[in-house]
Amino acid sequence: MNTQAVRQDFPILNRQINGNPLIYFDNAATTQKPRQVIDAIVEYYTRHNGNVHRGVHTLSTEATELYETAREDTAKFINAKSPSEIVFVRGTTEAINLVAYSLGCSNLGRGDEVLVSLMEHHSNIVPWEILSKCKGFKLNYAKVHDDGTLDYEDFESKITSKTRIACLSHVSNVTGVINDVKRIAKVAHENGALMLVDGAQSVPHMKVDVQDMDMDFLAFSGHKMLAPTGIGVLYGKKAVLQKLSPFQGGGEMIKEVSYSQERCTVTWNELPYKFEAGTPNIAGAVGLGAAVRYLSELGMDNVFAHEKELTEYAYKRLRDCSNITLYGPSDLSRKCGIVPFGLKGFSSHEAAALFNEYGIAIRSGYHCAQPLHQLFKLESSARASFYIYNTPAEVDRFVEILRGLEG
Amino acid sequence: MSTVADYVSRIEGTCGAESDLIVNFKYEKKDEAIANILKKATLKNNLAGIIFELTYENRSFRLYTSGKAIFRGFLSKPELMDFLAKLLL
Repeated sequence: MNTQAVRQDFPILNRQINGNPLIYFDNAATTQKPRQVIDAIVEYYTRHNGNVHRGVHTLSTEATELYETAREDTAKFINAKSPSEIVFVRGTTEAINLVAYSLGCSNLGRGDEVLVSLMEHHSNIVPWEILSKCKGFKLNYAKVHDDGTLDYEDFESKITSKTRIACLSHVSNVTGVINDVKRIAKVAHENGALMLVDGAQSVPHMKVDVQDMDMDFLAFSGHKMLAPTGIGVLYGKKAVLQKLSPFQGGGEMIKEVSYSQERCTVTWNELPYKFEAGTPNIAGAVGLGAAVRYLSELGMDNVFAHEKELTEYAYKRLRDCSNITLYGPSDLSRKCGIVPFGLKGFSSHEAAALFNEYGIAIRSGYHCAQPLHQLFKLESSARASFYIYNTPAEVDRFVEILRGLEG
Repeated sequence: MSTVADYVSRIEGTCGAESDLIVNFKYEKKDEAIANILKKATLKNNLAGIIFELTYENRSFRLYTSGKAIFRGFLSKPELMDFLAKLLL
């Protein structure tokens, strides 16, 4: 992958922050946008804006075409069997909430169990906690080892005939640990449970094949993979989605609403529209389509290889710095481009503010994963995270600043 | 007469039990805010001229020349506002 050529596509990388060239290491939070994505959105609003579906006029037809093309390209990107398995949502959080409420309201109750891991982002914990209180099902937590890797034995032992759904991050947003979701999906299915994968930190960074991994649901966000904020995806196996009730009601998601004897009878629309109530984020989907095409052209294997190389280089350099502590596993073989660390004498927020003075954007805090920080006995952590436009020279600058603080 | 609001654009609390409070100064007033704080607080350390480690009334905090300050141990934003009033005004 030609990183220097890639960088030319990102106008924001020309910015100076506090008199320094921007080094953007906050990609696990959100990524920057290439010209191709920005242009697709501008082009949409400049030439094609209209409401999608059932419109007869030209603009509506064009908008529908663009919206559905984005769905087709996204389906291909994760190797879904059909575009009808791609539900456009606001992001990973809404996708997980959709599954939780659609499944929970009509299919879960006392005696049922839901399984999550302790490394989950709050978005894969809180919806289940809320629903378990309403519906009375039991929410179980699978353990994580001290280095942040999943305790597979514990996870698998907690999948029983009572488990209705097992939920797991493909990649931890704190440590970058890659979980073997295919292995977990197999055990879940053997026990008659569904498998939901939080792909927010994996889909942007590696090849994800929903058929090969045999997951029932995959949730991911557009803004973490070059697309705009406010657009994301819930992939669901067609047979599973067909059995679920809608999450929200309104326009677009119905086939028919007929009034008789002082009641309205509602028939749901076909997939995926059953789950897309109201006017969708059309421009967002257009942007996501452009992002998916951009990443496909780069090749997801190349994206992964680039980040892996950069992460290994960063760890090699950072291990020589005496003033930082690296969190997470030391074995980088099953790890993405996320580097969690603590800086001696600084809280994570103070560390992030320090790097900002030098034009380097990193994230600080709990990263919406407090249970994992509790396990690490950490108040918070700083996190540098890489993407396609980051370079070894940027890592060198990061290390240079750390070295400057050592004395 | 100046108020804290003249200098501060936003105060953000971080997550968790022992959260930090991050004060962002208004861009056009940041230099004045930094100068006022440096006049009143005691300098403990100066990192490369861009981060000042300071104490004032037995409280330690860090001040960043781009226009931020990070405070720990305050129970609420109003308590911090009172502290900032003493530092800034």
